[in-house]
Amino acid sequence: MQKFTVLDGLVMPLDRANVDTDAIIPKQFLKSIKRSGFGPNAFDEWRYLDHGEPGMDNSKRILNPDFVMNQPRYHGAQILLARENFGCGSSREHAPWALEDYGFRVIIAPSFADIFFNNCFKNGLLPIRLAAEQVDALFKAVEAAPGYRLQVDLERQSITAPDGTAYKFEVEAFRKHCLLNGLDDIGLTLQHVGEIRAFEAKHRAAQPWLSA
Amino acid sequence: MSAQTLYDKLWNSHVVRQEADGTALIYIDRHLVHEVTSPQAFEGLKLAGRKLWRSASILAVADHNVPTAGRAAGIVDPIARLQVETLDSNCAEFGVNEFRMSDVRQGIVHVIGPEQGATLPGMTVVCGDSHTSTHGAFAALAFGIGTSEVEHVMATQCLLMKKSKAMQVVVEGALGKGVTAKDIALAVIGRIGTAGGTGYAIEFAGSTIRGLSMEGRMTLCNMAIEAGARAGMIAADDTTINYLKGRPFAPQGEVWNKAVAYWRTLHSDDGAQFDAAIKLDAAQIKPQVTWGTSPEMVVAVDGLVPDPAAMGDAVKREGAERALQYMGLKANTPITEIKIDKVFIGSCTNARIEDMRAAAAVAKGKHIAPNVKLAMVVPGSGLVKQQAEREGLDKIFIAAGFEWRDPGCSMCLAMNDDRLSPGERCASTSNRNFEGRQGPGGRTHLVSPEMAAAAAIAGHFVDVSKW
Repeated sequence: MQKFTVLDGLVMPLDRANVDTDAIIPKQFLKSIKRSGFGPNAFDEWRYLDHGEPGMDNSKRILNPDFVMNQPRYHGAQILLARENFGCGSSREHAPWALEDYGFRVIIAPSFADIFFNNCFKNGLLPIRLAAEQVDALFKAVEAAPGYRLQVDLERQSITAPDGTAYKFEVEAFRKHCLLNGLDDIGLTLQHVGEIRAFEAKHRAAQPWLSA
Repeated sequence: MSAQTLYDKLWNSHVVRQEADGTALIYIDRHLVHEVTSPQAFEGLKLAGRKLWRSASILAVADHNVPTAGRAAGIVDPIARLQVETLDSNCAEFGVNEFRMSDVRQGIVHVIGPEQGATLPGMTVVCGDSHTSTHGAFAALAFGIGTSEVEHVMATQCLLMKKSKAMQVVVEGALGKGVTAKDIALAVIGRIGTAGGTGYAIEFAGSTIRGLSMEGRMTLCNMAIEAGARAGMIAADDTTINYLKGRPFAPQGEVWNKAVAYWRTLHSDDGAQFDAAIKLDAAQIKPQVTWGTSPEMVVAVDGLVPDPAAMGDAVKREGAERALQYMGLKANTPITEIKIDKVFIGSCTNARIEDMRAAAAVAKGKHIAPNVKLAMVVPGSGLVKQQAEREGLDKIFIAAGFEWRDPGCSMCLAMNDDRLSPGERCASTSNRNFEGRQGPGGRTHLVSPEMAAAAAIAGHFVDVSKW
């Protein structure tokens, strides 16, 4: 997994609540058996005017000029600013894969759905919860200033705006440690093989029907 | 020891170790696998040269991509076919028990797990699918995971996670005529919102819940995720135990007795503390119909499409306006005046034998309305289909103009050929009414099987409590 330390990035606002993972990456793209290449289809139904299917040449498709992602001022955005309950619905990890593949490294919202939030950390993507009023203020600031950027510092758990305003954010110590160092969860867990085996033996003895 | 919630009991009995910040390593008993969220996990294992920790913990089935008609011809879409074949070859290579498409036991992963007795009380159950919450109906701790976590469980039999908060949803009293577990689920979501359960594990309790069959309990826990809760659960009781007895994966003989004695302890203790609690009166719940593009956009069938102008919160108002535009609906329209084009009875929410029976009872001796272009019934598994056919339900549906299909996820998420065309309106027993969920531009109204069948006959929504 790629590390996350400090990012200075352009911000793209997505001003709607309850953005679900079906919207982030529609189901037809889930037929892929690969982990990469989902970026061109992130927000496919909002982003293009035609219907997308796997295998299409996305560069030849008709873009929806009204969708925020297609506005030139947001090209190259690495920070997604969103509303409540971002990433709700399906557990598909294709959603963070698509956002990461597009180029996002940070998502800021008042709240996230649990499974999506969790999936982000497995993919070097940092989801940040800020108070609804702070998110609201950021939406206004982004709207007002083309080229609006934020600096996100994971070590200091701080976001700095161009005017110097700092927003502190919370992140669980363990997730922070993994993200800062780009650690592979499985490798970490396998350091505890002995403990897992001991637990398993005890668990099976207590509930023998589970070993079937 | 102080009084524990059911969630406390399930959590505590699976903690392998705990980090200083509370992140715990949780042992996983049952891992259900399907074709969409597993190929990258198997690939990850191969690339790292890792093995499955305990292959016997896994049960695999293809459900999302499988055709529900003309199955003998195989899967036509080459990309979908490759995904199903990849599951087959991965299961063969890693020694995983898989019910293939031709197996009568094949079906929706959340239908076949319980049906086989592969889901047992006291277990931790995971699957790369958010509707894994379904299995909590058996007093199990069951939740959906992403593909990285699928790989993590395959390699370590564990997951790294923090304990959620606990919410209790109590429903008391008798349900009215035509009111089902689906209506309870939608009423709860309407009350607390799709993010109301975020960060919580929900336990459903109360006399109404105790009175539900296992099928009803599964419907309810299935939709816990639509309220934002990764896990929903219900205490084990005689209903749970009677359902499991004799199932292929359930214990037998002396071990069964020992298991039952343990399962009977799987309930919240008197005086157990919850972080949040809500209470519903069953008598107040009417048949529910969603009107928008989020499951929380729901009203009773005798209600009206709400008016966004009356909503105080700006984000909510804009969301409602956008939803009405997408759904092609006008504020203040009576729900019963909404005409439909298609009907879908199926999905991991409502494709069990009881759902088939309930829908058939409504459709019996009647015919779908002329404006209904397609009404399809998709049983949740080959065994549900077989049972329904033994009871003659297929004949009732076919005589009434419904199509009787083969098992799979089908038009719940429209990954196969079963989908809505742009603008088409569907009465659906599935769980999500998101934009494009049942096909690009498709308009979904979530309802119970009874409500869907009645809508198919009438051509518009009708109140089944007065049917």
